[in-house]
Amino acid sequence: MSDAFEAHDGTGDSGLPPRIPLPRSSVEDGGQPLPEPADPPPVALELPHDVLKSLLGAWALAACSTAESLAVEVHLGDCGACADEARRLREAVGLLHQPESLDLDPGLRTRVLESCLDRRPARIPLPAWAAPYDAEAARLDALLQDIGDAEWHTPVRLRWFDGQAPTSRRTTVAGVIAHLLSVDGLVAVALGLDDPLGDAPAQGPAGRTEAFWQASHFPPTRAVRVPWREQSHQLVQTVSFTGGGAGRLGVSYGDFALPLHDAMLDRAFECWVHAEDIAEAVDYPYGPPAPRHLHRMIDLAARMLPAVLAERRRAGLAAPGQTPHLVPAGRPGRSLRLEIEGNGGGEWLIPLDSPGAVGSADHEVAHVALDDVEFCRLAAGHVPPEEAAAGQLGDRAAIRDVLFAAASLSRM
Amino acid sequence: MAKKDVPPRWDRKMQQRLARGEAAALGELYDRFASLVHGLAHRVLGDEHAADSITREVFTQVWEHPDAYDPRQGPLRSWVAALTHRLAVQRLRATETAALTAGDIGSAEAAQAAEELERKVRRASVAARADYIVHSMPTPLRAALELAYFQRRDYRQTAVDLGVTEDEARRRLRLGLQLLSTAHDAGTPPGYGGGA
Repeated sequence: MSDAFEAHDGTGDSGLPPRIPLPRSSVEDGGQPLPEPADPPPVALELPHDVLKSLLGAWALAACSTAESLAVEVHLGDCGACADEARRLREAVGLLHQPESLDLDPGLRTRVLESCLDRRPARIPLPAWAAPYDAEAARLDALLQDIGDAEWHTPVRLRWFDGQAPTSRRTTVAGVIAHLLSVDGLVAVALGLDDPLGDAPAQGPAGRTEAFWQASHFPPTRAVRVPWREQSHQLVQTVSFTGGGAGRLGVSYGDFALPLHDAMLDRAFECWVHAEDIAEAVDYPYGPPAPRHLHRMIDLAARMLPAVLAERRRAGLAAPGQTPHLVPAGRPGRSLRLEIEGNGGGEWLIPLDSPGAVGSADHEVAHVALDDVEFCRLAAGHVPPEEAAAGQLGDRAAIRDVLFAAASLSRM
Repeated sequence: MAKKDVPPRWDRKMQQRLARGEAAALGELYDRFASLVHGLAHRVLGDEHAADSITREVFTQVWEHPDAYDPRQGPLRSWVAALTHRLAVQRLRATETAALTAGDIGSAEAAQAAEELERKVRRASVAARADYIVHSMPTPLRAALELAYFQRRDYRQTAVDLGVTEDEARRRLRLGLQLLSTAHDAGTPPGYGGGA
């Protein structure tokens, strides 16, 4: 064991403090300053030949103490065999670099996959409603690959609108991924896959996230990336086999449920929103989703608005409808025209008085215009409804209710 | 380097899924190997655009001909790396040769340029061999190198992290580097028949 070695160590101290490796130029260090090397001892250690030889690998990697390095270097002047090996090992260290590109253009994935599928169409294609989730998870994963160990602990504030006011919860980059893993788990459970929470009885996005965070004594680390990514790949794989019909399978969020295809859009949206939270925290650039994916996410929000309006009205948070109970399901009702500008945009007629009513241009009472990304920030609870940069025309109460309902779509 | 050990089962399964024409599998393949492929191609070609284009070629080939990979011959990762290396070196030779014949240069300069090309090809082959060696060496050696080089742990910390004696940590670092140093020895990268 190391006893023989310790006996020859000048300090004779087995409880040595961590030694600091010498700076080496072969590593791209991202400009991080290295600690000062410890002061070299006044005399070189005297170590037997076999110990010096055994140190060559550690020496080449600058992974031994200053005193040991010095002893090895003195020895190399006297011993031809060790000098040859030392040179070879130093050269080998030069080959030890990451072959991985750290800054892959995220758009390359789409281009490569499209070109592959052009040449050989998939027999089991990705459902169109799962494509945004697939793309957003890949984009977030590429961001995670780029960030360093320490950045996983960068504080991140999750923000959302609780129905009446903006609210937030403090966590870290790793905590955000744990949050995504926990909530994506709702879809996994609906598909019959393993629940990342095991059999913890937590319900709903916030409850599950808190349960996941509390299940460990230690704050989450970058180790959470692998299970999150494995689960996201599994979700994409599994929904590809469920076919069109299973898109109606319900995913329970605790106090509400979404059909599978909408849940996958919701998870894509959340993945993007939280990727932006992370990118902002670690100061990396991050763009919006592809326009066709953004459009689907906005469409989901627009379709969810009437139910949220009704719920807010029941809770006394929105003005009562002018014609309560007078719009039977399937009939046109008072509507707000939601015009979303930008590449992911479009127009939606939001029925105001009943989730069952049909939006109708003939019954349009108000018109709101917003940029696509701004609307998503509103729906994510990142922009308070009073401050959303929206062009407005018509019934002010209806506009206010719809903007507040949009912000209320957000949750932890 | 060392992400985590990919079981051969994953490789076989991936091949079956690709053969079945599963788009989700193609996406997963890309997610697992794109940065490796792009990184290797970039190292050979030194050009972002060319590396993008090799990346597209590699994934198209694997997607169109998943049966070309034989799981019994080794890990999918090595096979993809070898394919990348071959296509990138092909591209390098083609572009450099085209530049040579297009340019109006003397024979001395041409000889110099040809020599430079061979040097690049050799360097790329050494790098490809090194990558192969790192990924096929025993996990304990790779883990030790990972800690000492990428995590900048000294050998005592490495020993603690790995739960081994300091002697053993020193031995692993030395042995790992000895293996890696054979990348400089002549020969073609393993995993395919002499791509360069």
